[in-house]
Amino acid sequence: MNLDFTQMTPYIPYMLEGIWVTLKFVAVALLIGALIGTLLALFKISGPAPLRAFAIAYTSIFRGTPLILQLMLIYFAVPQLTGYDITPFLSAITAFGLNSAAYISEIIRAGIQAVDKGQVEAAQALGVPYRAMMKDIILPQAFKNILPALMNEVITLTKESALVSTIGYLDLMRRAQVVGASMYRQFEPLLFVGLIYWVLVMILTLIGRKIERRLKASDIR
Amino acid sequence: MISVKGLIKSFGDLEVLKGISTKVDAGQVIAVIGPSGSGKSTFLRCLNKLEEPTGGIVEIAGFSITDKKADIRAARQEIGMVFQHFHLFPHLTVLGNLTYAPMKVKGESKAQAEEKARTLLKRVGLSEKEDSYPASLSGGQKQRVAIARALAMEPKLMLFDEPTSALDPEMVKEVLDVMKDLAKSGMTMIVVTHEMGFAREVADRVLFLDQGKLVEEGTPDEFFGSPKTHRARDFLEKVL
Repeated sequence: MNLDFTQMTPYIPYMLEGIWVTLKFVAVALLIGALIGTLLALFKISGPAPLRAFAIAYTSIFRGTPLILQLMLIYFAVPQLTGYDITPFLSAITAFGLNSAAYISEIIRAGIQAVDKGQVEAAQALGVPYRAMMKDIILPQAFKNILPALMNEVITLTKESALVSTIGYLDLMRRAQVVGASMYRQFEPLLFVGLIYWVLVMILTLIGRKIERRLKASDIR
Repeated sequence: MISVKGLIKSFGDLEVLKGISTKVDAGQVIAVIGPSGSGKSTFLRCLNKLEEPTGGIVEIAGFSITDKKADIRAARQEIGMVFQHFHLFPHLTVLGNLTYAPMKVKGESKAQAEEKARTLLKRVGLSEKEDSYPASLSGGQKQRVAIARALAMEPKLMLFDEPTSALDPEMVKEVLDVMKDLAKSGMTMIVVTHEMGFAREVADRVLFLDQGKLVEEGTPDEFFGSPKTHRARDFLEKVL
């Protein structure tokens, strides 16, 4: 065993900064994904035929190809085709945003469609207007179906975000590699950021469970 | 109160209702019976347009339901509906279930809606359950809450779609008792049911549907005592 974490000490602030960098881009990507994903889900559920076809094709393409390929395409193809020198950050949020939109749209669609049709009928029979029905009756129930899967997506996105190290974006992962290269010791920095990823995911998991428990209040017998 | 003329409903090529005509006066209790697949639930659901009628004219509580320009939401406020599977709102308490529509649709104040809800819960014998969520209630309790929820809108008539079919046998009576009480109070009711005892005892008139047609209609005494058609006789032989 030849482990020595003491040499890493001066680099620790540099690597910890990566947490913020990673979280920032995951949050932005998630926001983009949620916005486009909601739109796509609505297209799939109640959109006119062309929009529905578009949403289905979109989902199929973004779920059917590797995320790293999408990332590379955006990062390398955009400058080649348009001459615009896209930054790693912009490429990263675009690729991750568009990609997670496909997954999130499926999560939301399934969540809404899993709400018993009888709920719609009961609301209609009482004369409740469409918007109020969606807001007060359907979406709160759909949200309960959506949340666990959405939390899963956030966790996946946080871990997969390490892929952006391949295009030189200075996230947690990339920083571990940089530190490793300058120390000539790879294992310690990799282990260190590995631990950080795990802690991040654990925190997200706990938050998810807490919200889920609160939403489940009405299921308790 | 209700006038139905030549009501037709098709699902694609399948004609489920083949021209049904009938009239119901205010305060009457009508039992709709017939074999499964006869179209009785579809008939009921056409009355408040949960199913869009394919043809014919339906007038109910002063609204022309089949008129394209009819304000269907306004009409539905006058037509209470009780479903086989209750369809209570699971994320709301019992009280929330009863007050939601009156507040949202009729603009009642919270205090007003809750006072009325408590009166109704007392009437269906569930006062102590106002803070419970539907998941914690038995089937019979859920259906009584569902009836109270519909009544909270102060409808002019009530539709019941097989209200006891999803219940365990020992819970049927508590729901039927609430319905009998409601009938006595003068509510206009149309009840799709398999409970022949209820039809016989409470209904003013029985409609017998078979294969999408209104085959026979009459008082319970006439219908159960001396059915005129052999299809009705066949049916009664099987169920009684």
